[in-house]
Amino acid sequence: MATTDLSERPAKRLSAPATKRVLPGFGLSLGISLFFISLVLLLPISGLFIRAAGMGWEQFWFVITDPRVVASYKVTVLAALAASLFNCVFGLLMAWVLVRYEFPGKRLLDAIMDLPFALPTAVAGITLATLFAESGWYGQYLADLGIEVAFTPLGIVVAMAFTSVPFVVRTVQPVLEELAPEDEEAAMSLGASDMTVFRKILFPTLWPAVVTGGALSFARSLGEYGAVIFIAGNSPYISEVISLMIFVRLEEYDFPAASAIAAVVMTVSLLLLLAINVWQGRYLKRLHGG
Amino acid sequence: MSIEIQGINKFFDKFQALHDINLTIPDGQLTALLGPSGSGKTTLLRIIAGLETPEEGRIRFSGRDVTDLHVRDRSVGFVFQHYALFRHMTVAENVAFGLNVLPRKERPGKPEIRKRVKDLLEMVQLEHLADRYPAQLSGGQKQRIALARAMAMRPEILLLDEPFGALDAKVRKDLRRWLRSLHDELHFTSVFVTHDQEEALELSDQVVVMSNGRIEQVDTPLELYGRPDSRFVFEFLGQVNVLSGKIRDGVMRQGDAWIRLPEGCENDDAQLYLRPHEVRLTQAASDQAHLPFRIEAINLIGAEVRVELKPDGWECEELWEVGISHTEFNARQPQRGDRCFAVPDVGHLFCEHAAEPRTLEWR
Repeated sequence: MATTDLSERPAKRLSAPATKRVLPGFGLSLGISLFFISLVLLLPISGLFIRAAGMGWEQFWFVITDPRVVASYKVTVLAALAASLFNCVFGLLMAWVLVRYEFPGKRLLDAIMDLPFALPTAVAGITLATLFAESGWYGQYLADLGIEVAFTPLGIVVAMAFTSVPFVVRTVQPVLEELAPEDEEAAMSLGASDMTVFRKILFPTLWPAVVTGGALSFARSLGEYGAVIFIAGNSPYISEVISLMIFVRLEEYDFPAASAIAAVVMTVSLLLLLAINVWQGRYLKRLHGG
Repeated sequence: MSIEIQGINKFFDKFQALHDINLTIPDGQLTALLGPSGSGKTTLLRIIAGLETPEEGRIRFSGRDVTDLHVRDRSVGFVFQHYALFRHMTVAENVAFGLNVLPRKERPGKPEIRKRVKDLLEMVQLEHLADRYPAQLSGGQKQRIALARAMAMRPEILLLDEPFGALDAKVRKDLRRWLRSLHDELHFTSVFVTHDQEEALELSDQVVVMSNGRIEQVDTPLELYGRPDSRFVFEFLGQVNVLSGKIRDGVMRQGDAWIRLPEGCENDDAQLYLRPHEVRLTQAASDQAHLPFRIEAINLIGAEVRVELKPDGWECEELWEVGISHTEFNARQPQRGDRCFAVPDVGHLFCEHAAEPRTLEWR
């Protein structure tokens, strides 16, 4: 027995270092992270779902398919879609300008890009409502053209676009910075026109970032409340957003109904982010090998 | 197609990257632009390609002025140091790119493009990788694909920016030979940038040595190595042994070291440059030279034994290096710390008051 023990020992020693981590504190740091994620994210979310589940399936379905609520889904989703599409284009342009050109005030413009995140959304909402009101700086000229922004669904789009544009800029910017100029030069030396270079070389590299930024912007817009309610007008069936509906139910002390609607919004946002992550993971794997 | 470069000046802000470059690159030859980093060689290559615009000067391809022509209209093939393959396209799509972006009227049909791509991949011996993505290839494979892509448009001029710089030594050597044979087969005019002297001398028909934005010398590899025009070229191309001293009455002296020079050397401050193979090692000083050394190190790897020597009783900035054959080494068995003497056969004398170096022979 003793001899076999001796002969086995070296094998065990060889396998031991493979499982030992060089960086200390893995257990502790992961534990703390998971604890806090549970405390501030998972627990409230599950609380929300449990609360919504407590009301029974029929009641749940009744609450979330209330015509006024359904109308608000439509308004919110369409406005968020329009806003995030606009942001994809405008955000890409902003990122392009910030990365590719040198001009005085570039640093300042770069800093201002984050303003929508830093600004309290209510402040943004009031400012936008004032600007786009019929007597406001922009509103009076738009009124001449017959375009009403404040207190219409269009106002919702403006508010959503404003509050979520940094998502696209900040996801596209680093990808654009990393892009080697050689790729474009190589394409040009092979005779490609500027438009072809953009379509075939730049865009295929950039669009995962654009889509990710657009999806983040969409998810944020779905839940936007502060900026939207000041400019939306909030007339039932026309310009009520989903987050306002949650608030209305809360004001009526109908907590289960509020939780039910919130659960729907949450599920949609989570599924969207999950889908984007899975899709992007696949795409990046192809580019970087693996 | 020959390339004529005339009076090129190039500035990056206030820094002058190229000073009045005049150069003719002959048709059908392989020319190397050789220099240390920051010498302006890559800038010159990019100006030829049209990727940079010079502040002054003209570029002509076989007499046709192309200075104001955009890179896409110059029809040159350009190979980048880091390959610049399009990561989201397969190997075949990469190679076909140039053909696919031609205006519809000039574009060959789909089957024709497919055949051209297949031929090109065969030429670089990588047809089995057609459907892979660049991320799945090794460095050497990537570089060959980059070459195939540049050749797809059948350019008459091929420009390569440090084409082997990012590869390991073995692959580099293989690719070098392969490029040489490809060039001999297809006879395009090629210019490549390198900072590796060995690569430049082995591969090219003509070498352009550059430093600090100026051309130091343009010559064939043989002439360049045998008769460098300047101290810079001498020191840049391979190992060199230097003796600095004063010439008095036909004898150059520094400390305990002296060399009797051939006829016709004026009194002056001077440096004598000697290649490792132009020096012999002996046990005793001869009557023409007295250059005492101690053996500092012996390196056995290679076709020759390289002996590093430390001056004994005189001074030089860098250690001397002398090559002796393995047979001679085995016969004499020199040891570290042994005292020995160097005897020059051929040397190159740079005097303070003479523009040109003088090649001296003692045999």
